[in-house]
Amino acid sequence: MTDWLLVLAGALAGAPVRYLLGVDAKYRLGGSFPWGTLAANAAACLVLGFVAQGATDGELGSRLQLLLATGFCGALSTWSTFSYELLTLTSARRLAVAGGYLVLSVGGGLGLSFAGAAVASALL
Amino acid sequence: MLQKMALHARRHPDHHPGIQRSVVAAVAVGGAAGAAARYGAELLWPTGRTDFPWTILLVNAVGCFLMGILMVTLKLRFPSAPRLVSPLLGTGVLGGFTSFSHYTDGVRQLYEADRPGYATGSLLLTVVAALAGVTAGALGAHAVLGGDRRTRDGA
Repeated sequence: MTDWLLVLAGALAGAPVRYLLGVDAKYRLGGSFPWGTLAANAAACLVLGFVAQGATDGELGSRLQLLLATGFCGALSTWSTFSYELLTLTSARRLAVAGGYLVLSVGGGLGLSFAGAAVASALL
Repeated sequence: MLQKMALHARRHPDHHPGIQRSVVAAVAVGGAAGAAARYGAELLWPTGRTDFPWTILLVNAVGCFLMGILMVTLKLRFPSAPRLVSPLLGTGVLGGFTSFSHYTDGVRQLYEADRPGYATGSLLLTVVAALAGVTAGALGAHAVLGGDRRTRDGA
C-alpha cells in the first residue's frame, strides 16, 4: 500500500511540472517547437539516471526509488505527448524539425541518463 | 463563464498566461492515475535488469496509440469538450502512463550490463512502436470519425 502511495505522490508532482514547463516554454520562447516536453524529458532522464544508479549502488532505498523513479521521473517524462508532437510536426511537413526533435530527445535523453548515473557513482 | 476566465487569463499582464489551478490539478490527478497504471504493469510483468524491457516498451506503445485516438477524437467529435478533459486524459493520464526516462534508462542499464543487442534493439524498437502507435491511433480515429486526415494542432 505504501508503495502505491509513494508512486502516486511522485507522479502528483511530476506530471504538473511537465505541464508547467510546457506552458512556460510557450510563454518565453513562443513558436510551435515543443521545448517544454524536451526539457521535461531531459530533466527526467538526468534525475532517473542518478536515482537508478544510486539504487544499484545500494545507497538509495527502494522507497525513494518508487517515489522519485517510478512516480516523479515516470510522470515528468512522456512518450505519448512526445510522439503526438512528432506526428503533428510530420503532418505539417516539418520533417527536418521532427527528425531533429526525435534525435535530440533520444540522443540527449540517453546521454543524460549516463550523466546522471555517472554523478551518482561519483557521489554515492 | 469559461470563455470569460480564459480571456481574463490572457489579458492580465501580471499573470503567467494559461496557468489555471484547475488545469494543473487535472494534470496532477491524471498523471498519478497513469503512473499507477504503469507501476501495476511493471508489477504484473516484471522485467529484470538484463531482460529485454518489453513491459515499458508496450506501455509506451499503447500510451502513444491511445494518445493518437484521444487527440483526434477530441478534435473531430468533441471540439467543445470541457477544457479539463484534454489535460486530465492526455497530458495527465497518458503522459503519466508513458515514460521517456524509463525508456532511456533501460537502454543505459542494458549497455552497462553488456547487453548491447538488447540495448540497441529496445532503443530503436521503442521509437518505431511509439510512432507506429500514435499514427495508427490517429488514422484509426480519423477513419472511424471521418474528417481531414492531416493533424494540425499540437498535443
